[in-house]
Amino acid sequence: MATITLDKINKVYPNGFHAIHDLDLDIADTEFLVLVGPSGCGKSTALRMVAGLEEITEGELRIGDRIVNDVEPKDRDIAMVFQNYALYPHMSVYDNIGFALKLAKTQKDETDRRIREAARILELDEQLDRKPAQLSGGQRQRVAMGRAIVRQPAAFLMDEPLSNLDAKLRVQMRAEIASLQRELGVTTVYVTHDQVEAMTMGDRVAVLKDGFLQQVDTPQSLYDRPENVFVAAFIGSPSMNLFEGTLTLDSDTQQGKLTLGSQTISIPSEVLASRPALAAYDGQSLIYGIRPEDMEDASLDTRPDDQCIHGEVSLVEALGAEILVHFGVDAAPVDSGDPDAVVELGDTAVVVGRFNPRSRIRLRETAKVAVHAERISFFDPSTRLALWD
Amino acid sequence: MRLQLVTTHDPQPDYLDLPLRQPLAEWTHLGLVEFPIGIHRHVVRFVELEQGLFALKELPGRLADREFSLLRHLAEEGVPVVEVLGVISERGDDLEDILITRHLEFSLPFRFLFARSGISSLRESIVDSIAVLLAQLHLVGFFWGDCSLSNTLFRRDAGALAAWVVDTETGELHDQLSPGQRELDLDIAQMNIFGGLLDLEASGRLPSDIDPTEVVENLANRYGQLWEELTAEQSVEFAQRHLIDARLARLNELGFDTTEVSITTGEDGSQIRFRPAVVEAGHHARELERLTGLRLLENQARRMLNDVRSYGAWLARRDGLELPEAVVAYRWLNEIFEPAIDAIPPDLRDRRSPGELFHEILFHRDALQSMLQADVSVEAAAVDYASEALPTSVGERSLIEAD
Repeated sequence: MATITLDKINKVYPNGFHAIHDLDLDIADTEFLVLVGPSGCGKSTALRMVAGLEEITEGELRIGDRIVNDVEPKDRDIAMVFQNYALYPHMSVYDNIGFALKLAKTQKDETDRRIREAARILELDEQLDRKPAQLSGGQRQRVAMGRAIVRQPAAFLMDEPLSNLDAKLRVQMRAEIASLQRELGVTTVYVTHDQVEAMTMGDRVAVLKDGFLQQVDTPQSLYDRPENVFVAAFIGSPSMNLFEGTLTLDSDTQQGKLTLGSQTISIPSEVLASRPALAAYDGQSLIYGIRPEDMEDASLDTRPDDQCIHGEVSLVEALGAEILVHFGVDAAPVDSGDPDAVVELGDTAVVVGRFNPRSRIRLRETAKVAVHAERISFFDPSTRLALWD
Repeated sequence: MRLQLVTTHDPQPDYLDLPLRQPLAEWTHLGLVEFPIGIHRHVVRFVELEQGLFALKELPGRLADREFSLLRHLAEEGVPVVEVLGVISERGDDLEDILITRHLEFSLPFRFLFARSGISSLRESIVDSIAVLLAQLHLVGFFWGDCSLSNTLFRRDAGALAAWVVDTETGELHDQLSPGQRELDLDIAQMNIFGGLLDLEASGRLPSDIDPTEVVENLANRYGQLWEELTAEQSVEFAQRHLIDARLARLNELGFDTTEVSITTGEDGSQIRFRPAVVEAGHHARELERLTGLRLLENQARRMLNDVRSYGAWLARRDGLELPEAVVAYRWLNEIFEPAIDAIPPDLRDRRSPGELFHEILFHRDALQSMLQADVSVEAAAVDYASEALPTSVGERSLIEAD
């Protein structure tokens, strides 16, 4: 077991490319930390530096109390895991789990103890004498995980371990890895480009972009209080709807009005009271975001008309427990800076709302949509930082 | 349906005749061939068509595109990889894409190498061939991430083996690999090969004289020695500058070419430090192709270049005239190589690749000369080889054997 500390870590490649900038991370003992971000954000580079696969240009890396910048990968007591799911068909579950220990020349009784302990944790005790062909799909995956567990490293490092699996197996393995990590209590750093994977697995999630740490926090805090436009858009699926509009404050009513193209949304006085920073933006442009679930078919909602917007429906996706409604508004969308996101910049934006399945909104109709104005996120247009205070 | 195909010199089949809208695992196409393909994550099947034997792998589109690009890139870098031919996508019903590669002719899967008593001598060179392959990949900045016996194919190469990359799903391409990345790749290879050998042992097919632990330790040693020879900086006394030439000659002998050598001298000028920039394996193969147009494997090419030189020396002695290298090579091709291959009955030529056939003919001639204590022509050796040795060997063009 170990803590992992990245202290002002920088990575500059020989060609001058600065891949990681002053990365600070304190990963607690037993914590499951996920590094997430779009392609090229530096997440795999950061993991590879922890593993010792990339040299650290500047900064200090500690595993436990030991500075390991110059320690060989094999001496760091860490394991890169789940890169290979192959099971050997003629070998028993026992041997499939334990053969790596044989190669490491671990004592036989110690090998036996570790294999049986791993089998107990993985609920494979009864299958130890069986061959892989006699196991279910899930049991086979657990055997592969057992192979990593028996090595008993101080930390597991995983670089997109599920990316080669089909969607169904990926969901299953996501849950298996997360629950196993919690049972084992081994510090784990996990890299993924998939924010759903990040949100469902990590105790905390570190979001990176262009080699800079954007925010590190619990999944719920990242979702509820993103610190900037990029995190707001990157975390959540479908993404937060982002617009640029003008906020006008009415000193008499203490309410505000926010433009959305040619429409306006009233901002209740309680919202403005809880976020005094917004006062400085009276009459000025700012970026704001509305999550899909913070909108509803107005016919199923009791909000006043001045908190409703209208738009022509271009797509309705019925998902059973909810429907996703895509509708157009005459406001310019905002580019969040995610290189993997497809944003069509122009004078109209497609808004996605997550509605109650009882909604009767139809394709090509003009939908009347209630906005939960108290849940709108606001950002400074120049710094793109959130205005929560 | 969408087909993304590579333009090749060899004809490609009309893939649209295949049942592409069905899951690959459910195909019952007449040309399906069962192969010992080892352990894979995805469905892999082989189809024999008029134009040859093809491997089809079903996998998610993103991975298929990635592997398609990686295999093409590695081929362009001169690394031995299976030839990728195309990707079939948009097959309907949420079916995954299909990556098409050409089956590597005359390749020997590892299970075959261990199962056949007659080729036990080749097992020795499995480790060497994998060490060379890993070094070649690492030189071009490729981290394999899953080197295993199942992901490698072997071809006879003048009595030894040459290894080919079959699967690059877990691969990553970098400008340059760090020592840690190379070390991890080697660790993974050791673990996978150890597991593969233990699996053979569990199936009762591992010869008792093979110790899996020893095999993978040898791999690490061979790789380490090779990498050192290829890349290490060496320091020599100024008076021993010839050691630089010796090192470059050794690299050529190992089959690697260098484009430049960086040399620095110490302050007092008594010491020289130098490091070769190794660019590509296949030194002898390229040389033979330049001289004769034959495209053969590295060891085969080395052996034939020696034979070309011997032939040139013999011509010079006989005619009292030194001929230019290109002329000697042209005459060797027409007077030695082609007559020897032509001496093999057509129905037996499929048993080995032409390069390996010629190597085995030379090997056979050496044995005959030793037995008869007299010179034997290559053509006569070929006739004897075709009647005495070749008929009892297994054809290896498209080796098929139950797993």
